[in-house]
Amino acid sequence: MNKIANRTVICDVLMKKAEHDQDIVVLTSDSRGSASLAPFANAYPKQIVEVGIAEQNLVGIASGLAAVGKKPYVASPACFLTMRSIEQVKVDVAYSHTNVKLIGISAGVSYGALGMSHHSLQDIAVMSAIPNMRIVVPADRFETEKMMNLLVEDDEPCYIRVGRNPVEDIHENLDFDFEIGKGITLKEGNDGAFIATGEMVKKALDAAYLLEEEEIHVRVLNIHTIKPLDEEIIIKAALETKAIITMEEHSGVNGFGTMVSKVVAEHAPCFVKVMALPDSSLITGNSQQVFDYYGLNAVGAAEQMKKLLVKKHA
Amino acid sequence: MNKIKELENKSKNLRKRIIDVCYKSKAGHVGGSLSGIDILNVLYNHEMNIDAKNPNMENRDRFILSKGHIAEALYVTLADKGFFDKKELDTFSSYQSRLIGHPNNKVPGIEMNTGSLGHGFSLAVGMAIGGKMGQKDFRVYVMMGDGEQAEGSIWEAAMAASHYQLDNLVAIIDRNGLQISGTTEEVMALDNLRFKYESFGFNVIEIDGNDIPSILSGFKLARKCKGKPTLLLAHTVKGKGVSFMENNASWHHGVMNEEQYQQAMDDLGGMCHE
Ligand SMILES: [Mg+2]
Repeated sequence: MNKIANRTVICDVLMKKAEHDQDIVVLTSDSRGSASLAPFANAYPKQIVEVGIAEQNLVGIASGLAAVGKKPYVASPACFLTMRSIEQVKVDVAYSHTNVKLIGISAGVSYGALGMSHHSLQDIAVMSAIPNMRIVVPADRFETEKMMNLLVEDDEPCYIRVGRNPVEDIHENLDFDFEIGKGITLKEGNDGAFIATGEMVKKALDAAYLLEEEEIHVRVLNIHTIKPLDEEIIIKAALETKAIITMEEHSGVNGFGTMVSKVVAEHAPCFVKVMALPDSSLITGNSQQVFDYYGLNAVGAAEQMKKLLVKKHA
Repeated sequence: MNKIKELENKSKNLRKRIIDVCYKSKAGHVGGSLSGIDILNVLYNHEMNIDAKNPNMENRDRFILSKGHIAEALYVTLADKGFFDKKELDTFSSYQSRLIGHPNNKVPGIEMNTGSLGHGFSLAVGMAIGGKMGQKDFRVYVMMGDGEQAEGSIWEAAMAASHYQLDNLVAIIDRNGLQISGTTEEVMALDNLRFKYESFGFNVIEIDGNDIPSILSGFKLARKCKGKPTLLLAHTVKGKGVSFMENNASWHHGVMNEEQYQQAMDDLGGMCHE
């Protein structure tokens, strides 16, 4: 099992880039520890701006820095960054079009038993409704590295969503194509398709291999970029398979599944089941316990796929 | 002496143009535009290092209109300065115009989009920190409303400006005492703003924000201050220069009829002829 969290990879890439680029600036809201950015702060004390526990100011200051040519990376818990600062994100980043990269750490139910105040299950809904905002949710440490290497080279706003804990690898190394806005087919299959994002990708892949044992061949798409959404790969899956299950660590209300469903409904209607967290406060538990309770795991996904394929034939 | 006369004349013309723009468009926030215009005038025609022919000049001074609802006051100032053609002012708030009711950085000379109150101060703090990081000597100015001081994010920004000792930053409050529903003291009492900002670590300078010499000396004093940010607490009159608008909250975004337009122009010394 991989021991390197995606947030750690973000810090590593930023440190590498900051060595040659003094314009890279990291902003934290008393969050350098939770963001694993303490090494950056120690190595580049002149390139970190501590804002204190003030998330509105955090994003406003980042936008001001970007407006004078800096390349700010804002790292703060996703729950606060996408709620407390949302208007600064909308107006100062997206509308003013500043080169601010927003890193939502410990997204989804990463904080587990800390409860709803710390869960970030509305961020995809909110962020995706803002014009000019990209959303990238890497599935493992290799994707995180590829994503960061691309993002440091562009000057557009972006929301990066990562969890707290190390996640199992999807890829074996860095030897794969990664493009912002392009999904990745991890497994072929024409019976059904799992279309997953972030940490759910691994669970979707495991589910697909469980189904292989029963001769059910399910495609697995890894959609690391939620916005702009790779419609082509989704439409292809809708046309070539019989049913789609989307998987996300987010509320089922207006999240990734909703976005995929819209594409499917408009271009190639087929059954879509949205697997996500419920529209209610959640049980207390660590993230794995929460996933298991709501069936957001390989076994649960495999079961749902079988049900959906039966429904299709009914 | 000539400079002062020149700026005073300029203020008068800018006021007339504000009245024109607001009357023709039946839009705008005329009261606050008239209270803040003298400061905008001094900023753009004396204080700031800017070049209308080169609006993206790297070391330019930066200005942010945090009270974005007086966009027309900024537009007339920028057009007068030559950032864009004055004729374009006629399109203010009209169909497909880039002169939106709140500042937009598609317009030459405008740095950031504003409109939601309580954002501009943080933007200015970020710019000022960026300037210090890059050892640039540009200065950053942000104009806020007094009603805007009720936004919590203002005080987050004030704390940071002081923490980072941003002596390249001048925050300005257009202290006209009024906001849309009435006096600031009735709506949400602000006073004493001097003590509040001093306790946040600011160099506070009180000026008459409708008096050119007073504004000039305020900016001059601000440049002398080292190691802390400056707040220019600019006492102003909402609706300044137009008899029936002065100190009247209902002119926050009132729309003039023809008679009122004539009266306003008379008060300002005749029709706009430029
Ligand atoms: Mg006011």
